[in-house]
Amino acid sequence: MNDWSRIAPQLLDATGETLYMVGVATVLTVLLGVPLGVLLTVTAPGALAPHPVLNRLLGLVVNLGRSLPFIILLVLVAPVTRGIVGTTIGSTATIVPLTIGAVPFLARLVETSLREVAHGKVEATLAMGARRRDVVRTVLLPEALPSLVAGVTVTVVALISYSAMAGAIGGGGLGDFAIRYGYQQFRTDITLVTVVLLLVVVQLLQWAGDRWARRLATH
Amino acid sequence: MIELSDVRKVFPARRGAGEVIALDGVSISVARGEFAGVVGPSGSGKSTLARLVNLLERPTSGTVTVDGRVLTDLDDTGVREARRSIGMIFQHFNLLDSRTAAGNVEHPLELAGVGRTERRRRVADLLDLVGLADRHAARPGQLSGGQKQRVAIARALAARPSVLLCDEATSALDPASTAGVLDLLRQVRAELGLTVLLITHEMSVVRAVCDSAVLMSAGRVVDGGPLTEVLARPDSALAAQLVPAPAAPETAAGALVQVTVTDASPQGVVLQTLAGELGLSVEVVGGSVETVAGRRFGRLLLRVEGDDGRLDPALARLRNAGALVERTVAGDPRPEAAAEDEPPAGQEPPAAEEPIVQRFADAPDVQR
Ligand SMILES: Nc1ncnc2c1ncn2[C@@H]1O[C@H](COP(=O)(O)OP(=O)(O)O)[C@@H](O)[C@H]1O
Ligand SMILES: [Mg+2]
Repeated sequence: MNDWSRIAPQLLDATGETLYMVGVATVLTVLLGVPLGVLLTVTAPGALAPHPVLNRLLGLVVNLGRSLPFIILLVLVAPVTRGIVGTTIGSTATIVPLTIGAVPFLARLVETSLREVAHGKVEATLAMGARRRDVVRTVLLPEALPSLVAGVTVTVVALISYSAMAGAIGGGGLGDFAIRYGYQQFRTDITLVTVVLLLVVVQLLQWAGDRWARRLATH
Repeated sequence: MIELSDVRKVFPARRGAGEVIALDGVSISVARGEFAGVVGPSGSGKSTLARLVNLLERPTSGTVTVDGRVLTDLDDTGVREARRSIGMIFQHFNLLDSRTAAGNVEHPLELAGVGRTERRRRVADLLDLVGLADRHAARPGQLSGGQKQRVAIARALAARPSVLLCDEATSALDPASTAGVLDLLRQVRAELGLTVLLITHEMSVVRAVCDSAVLMSAGRVVDGGPLTEVLARPDSALAAQLVPAPAAPETAAGALVQVTVTDASPQGVVLQTLAGELGLSVEVVGGSVETVAGRRFGRLLLRVEGDDGRLDPALARLRNAGALVERTVAGDPRPEAAAEDEPPAGQEPPAAEEPIVQRFADAPDVQR
């Protein structure tokens, strides 16, 4: 049991891999999920730019993405992953399913946040002669920002859990580590340490996210 | 300045709700520099009317003209352009919580592409104008309702509009803040030469600031005009709401006479004639005098005892001289139909059967 000097650096590497996967996936998810959430919001009936067909279509895609268990998605998007990254193994490859899984999730959260912006604010801005894109840029997104930050925090935590799952099929990171060293070598202590590490990461992120959202809401 | 011509607005049926005819053939005309009110019960179409003026709502039919431009003929770009010259304020202020007071006032200037230094200068001037020069950095959440509405007014004026729309702008405010905001509206109207269309359900607001008003009911304009003209028509539905006629006491003995008091038609002449010249016993049993559109206006209810047949001829004489006086009956707040201008002495007019007509519409004192 005193092989920790050998294990510790690997645990550190695994943590780094998890942060890398989740970090890049978060950036991509925000870049894709926020516009998708905006589109979902503004194309709804009675909203800024109603478009029933597009709204239905987007809603369908988002619901499909959200109802699919992540482990199934991992397998389903493997060909896409291979097309983009060249392989389906390792942390870089895992970024693809992580992003595809999290985008619909964040898009719904963004939609909910934006819908909570009082319509009167939109109306007051339209009455100033604003274009619809100005309303999105200067009203919807800034007014919903605290709630959007909270939504991104929830998404990051979900991404960490997805990434651990991806580890089970060779995705790298802490999940992979826990399976390979903890589960397959019957080292409960390693599993436990990994779990604690994941918990610490999640707690830190949640705390930082909450703090940021609160500061935005009250500043 | 603002012309709505035979506008209809029909909201199509939605799930669970039938079609709503919010406006049913409304025509109004507001002159440049006028402070015009729109009153009426909830759901009568007042807000829809205001929202048509800047085309937040497009009419189903009819035309909207503001400052000579037919807005209903414009495309989206044209409408956006036109909206810059029409400011609007709302019941719930609709300020952005993500911006400071200054940031909110700056918003329309950003949208209009005004440069940063010019924006800063205009924002400072505007916050100064509305009396909030020391609250630049305050967030809407740190301001009182009255202060929020002041910021909203500064914001609405930022793009230098010629028209200001106010939709229930004081309805969420306490009386003191309401008075402050109304004072400010009056002040900016005078200083900037604005044309103001003010939607409200509070008659005190109309009395305090409006030159003219229309009364809406179920999507139609049912009464309206310059307030001094409206108030000189005792049977006007709008006048009855602006200055309700005093209820006559049930048991009053003697004759009841209602006097409409205006600057040009003071009650003194009536009292002097009845009590002084005729020597009748005159007692004030009800009434109120309000300042409307900056002028004194009221209704008094007099009980006159000791009439020996000279009362009716005296009232006719007073009417001919421009006084607004009529006989009324106990328990009926609406004055009884008046006699012809010169009824034969001693002959009572066939009172209640006569149709209600706009008797005083052409009285000499009611021309603005
Ligand atoms: N966007 C809308 N969709 C459907 N009906 C509406 C809409 N806006 C207003 N209405 C209806 O039109 C009528 C007039 O409303 P409104 O102009 O708000 O009245 P007011 O301001 O006098 O209370 C009401 O019956 C209201 O329910
Ligand atoms: Mg209304």
